[in-house]
Amino acid sequence: MAECRSPAAAFADRFDAASKGGALRLAELPFLTQVDIRVDPASPAAKDIGAALGMPLPVAPGTTVISGDVTVAWLGPDEWLVIGPEGYRFDLLRKALGERHGSVVDVSAQRTTLLVAGPRARDLLAHGCALDLHPTVFGLGRCAQTMLARAQVVLLPRQDGLLVLVRSSFAAYLAEWLLDAATEYLAPRL
Amino acid sequence: MMLLIPCPWCGPRDEAEFHYGGQAHVAYPENPAALSDEEWARYLFFRDNPKGAFAERWSHSAGCRRWFNALRDTATNEIHAVYRVGEPRPVTS
Ligand SMILES: [Zn+2]
Repeated sequence: MAECRSPAAAFADRFDAASKGGALRLAELPFLTQVDIRVDPASPAAKDIGAALGMPLPVAPGTTVISGDVTVAWLGPDEWLVIGPEGYRFDLLRKALGERHGSVVDVSAQRTTLLVAGPRARDLLAHGCALDLHPTVFGLGRCAQTMLARAQVVLLPRQDGLLVLVRSSFAAYLAEWLLDAATEYLAPRL
Repeated sequence: MMLLIPCPWCGPRDEAEFHYGGQAHVAYPENPAALSDEEWARYLFFRDNPKGAFAERWSHSAGCRRWFNALRDTATNEIHAVYRVGEPRPVTS
């Protein structure tokens, strides 16, 4: 098999260094399986895909459902993103759709996933994001597609931080931006 | 100046997340081949230019990527209503 290199692989050491102080935890979670689903949410096909996922497609805007290590995020009224571990069997979702109207597409290479966690994670992201990221309004079970430092991202809250899904070609830019914006949270207290 | 535009799906977002799509409710001609050049040009290029409420299309391009319509006051930039494609223009006072 050809050697895989993730979009933010070159930042691993600097992410590790920035994670040492306890305020932040930065890391790339490379090679997650990502599947884009488009289907009429009221159709039998949507129901069958939900059965294959083991959870229904969330129909409320800006919400996710999570089961084990698989997350289904609402992207639009007829569009979802499934995020699972490397090797996730998305062919089963395609089989559930069958020949009916809709699409199940592997988009794993489109975006990579950055973990921004730790007590200052939301403060860090707020430097470049206009959304209210406070956990009381944007906690587990929510999701948003928006801009972070002028780059398009998908934000998924996690227990102690957020996942930032960023286009592969923007990953290095966003990694540099995160490390730069993190400076004030890493400096030793005087 | 930055408008805060309420996407009918995602809620209020910065204008930078949107693309403008011009006047809404411009119907495609039922039989384009039957139009004269002048009528075709009128369909393609002629748009209303009111001072006040204007129904226009926006796309939430950096968010849910859906098109929707907004009723915006061209003089004050106040957005009176947003509504989904296919819904009629809301009546405002
Ligand atoms: Zn939207």
